[in-house]
Amino acid sequence: MNPAALLATVTGRREPALALLIVLLLVLIGLRAPFFITLDSFEGVLTDTSILMMLAVAEMLVILTRGIDLSLAANVALTGMAMALLSQAYPDLPVIAYVVGAMLFGAGLGAFNGFFVAVVGLPPIVVTLGTLSMFRGLVFVLSGGAWVNKHEMSVTYQTFPMNRFLGLPHLLWIAIIVIPLMWVFMRHTKAGRSLYAIGGNPQAARYVGVPVAARLFMAYALAGLIAGLSGYLWTARFAIAYTEIAIGLELVVIAACVIGGVSIAGGVGTIPGAVLGALFLGIIANALPVMGWSPFWKQAISGAIILVAVVVNSRSERRKGKIIVRRAEEHPR
Amino acid sequence: MSTNASEGRAAVRDRAAESPWSLLRRWEAILLVFLGIVFVINSNATPYFLNIYNLADSTFNFSEKAIIALPMALVIIARDIDISVASIIALSSMLMGLAAEAGLGVPGLVVVGLATGATAGAFNGFLIAGLGLPAIVVTIGTFTLFRGIAFVALGDGAVTQYPAGLAYFGQGYIGGLIPFEFVLFLVLAVIFGVVLHMTVIGRRIYAIGNNPVAARFTGIRVDRYRFVLFCLTGLMSGLAAVLLTSRIGSTRPNIALGWELEIITMVVLGGVSILGGIGTILGVVIAVLLVGMVTFGFGLLNVPGIIMTVFIGSLLIVTISIPVVIQAVRVRAAARASSRR
Repeated sequence: MNPAALLATVTGRREPALALLIVLLLVLIGLRAPFFITLDSFEGVLTDTSILMMLAVAEMLVILTRGIDLSLAANVALTGMAMALLSQAYPDLPVIAYVVGAMLFGAGLGAFNGFFVAVVGLPPIVVTLGTLSMFRGLVFVLSGGAWVNKHEMSVTYQTFPMNRFLGLPHLLWIAIIVIPLMWVFMRHTKAGRSLYAIGGNPQAARYVGVPVAARLFMAYALAGLIAGLSGYLWTARFAIAYTEIAIGLELVVIAACVIGGVSIAGGVGTIPGAVLGALFLGIIANALPVMGWSPFWKQAISGAIILVAVVVNSRSERRKGKIIVRRAEEHPR
Repeated sequence: MSTNASEGRAAVRDRAAESPWSLLRRWEAILLVFLGIVFVINSNATPYFLNIYNLADSTFNFSEKAIIALPMALVIIARDIDISVASIIALSSMLMGLAAEAGLGVPGLVVVGLATGATAGAFNGFLIAGLGLPAIVVTIGTFTLFRGIAFVALGDGAVTQYPAGLAYFGQGYIGGLIPFEFVLFLVLAVIFGVVLHMTVIGRRIYAIGNNPVAARFTGIRVDRYRFVLFCLTGLMSGLAAVLLTSRIGSTRPNIALGWELEIITMVVLGGVSILGGIGTILGVVIAVLLVGMVTFGFGLLNVPGIIMTVFIGSLLIVTISIPVVIQAVRVRAAARASSRR
């Protein structure tokens, strides 16, 4: 294969192109601040971005089905608060109780969304807009408006995410386990594949026998499960739980998906793409202070990148499909 | 079967007269009932609620959001969405602040606020209608970008030096009783209502929302309409920025944070279908008042605002479920009746 063809293959597909871009970004940062390109620094960035990467994967499940979940960040806050209060009330619980508890609690919140979307048949954006307010408010109700501080959480609760196993923090290990697991699920199981089918064409999916309602429900519950797990990890890592935790993160997560090539029209997107999208935002957030730039630049740069990603996405999506199909797809909502 | 003598095979019959029952099932009626309940509960709970001065002043809390809800309703009816409105407020207010520091007078500041809003809206409109990108993703991008620019310009600082004359827009009263902001909202609501419900422009917006492709085939310049709607939403966000800046007299980059979802909630609560093609300005106005009165009542009762969000969130899901559930029950009942036969 000649170099030009190789380049075309690499840049023609989203994930290698994005990976290449990330490497380029790292080189640029490295020229200015060489210590950013060390294993220690990489570990820090990856650990810092673990939660965003997992949430991007969760959001992708839902976006694939032509839906959207605006309540994920509120789920993080609510589940995080619930687990923090649990730790305050029963300090002797083992870590596994919090991890499993958070996954169940989060999945319950996701299932609530799933019920209204899949069973009642309401538009996902409206349902999750509603639950975004509800969950966020319930954090306040649950805690009575109080913060759960470091000294009120049990030691096992707060030290787990940053304790090391084989040299890496548990938080990073969890991402390393969850992400490939989800990749296998989405690529090699019937249930995972069916989410692509539903997003590609819901009617056709129903005709070929996909239980659409059940799978939709599953997508929201699973997204909630991952968000719940992230909620425990968040409150434990930062050793604090309060109402405004992860506020505004719902849109950052969606942005990560968009950068990662997940189509908001449904049916298109991969786990590596979503993860790389999150990583891209994470690297920028971590690199700004290293580069000596004001952190206030972070948001403006992210915004510009999102817009560029949207334009690039539309270019790559436009190529496939006949004209008539394309026209229909241009108005997905 | 009743047929008029004049009715040919191709004739389209008039819609049957609506029974009082179906009127009750209309969205606005449901909302009005809710509004009535809120009034009764609030006035029983606290003697300060039914006070004309308090009621008038309570409108300060929602007038700016309400003003954006109007163009947002049109955008959603036309099957788009704009997530960036609150960030446009931040951008407009930031530029107003810089202009004020440079010594610009009141009329100049108003122009800066409105022009910034309209320009930001045109930028959205260009990306969405011009380049054909999905509205939700574009406006999530500009949501981040616009506020990001405000952060770059202001950092953790604030602008608080505004000329005294600016205060009227957000703090002034008309007739000594009704806030200027609220009157402005009512006037705009009438204009938006007339345009949407009584002009060909409005009919075309519905047509676009119901089926953009068919609308294009009937000769409607769909993309031009969508572009203008985003400009309009930007302009109204600029107006809201002028009012808000005038009311609180300071600008920080986190101004109006999180408003976009509150505004969309109001619009959807008002009966505008997120799928496009359905909705009325009257519904949006009632929903705005409903949310405003609930907030006001809870505030008088010293209920924290955050608890209100639980209530609004539940209200949103419940109200939108009602018609769907009623429909499902009727379909099931009809199926049972036909299977018995």
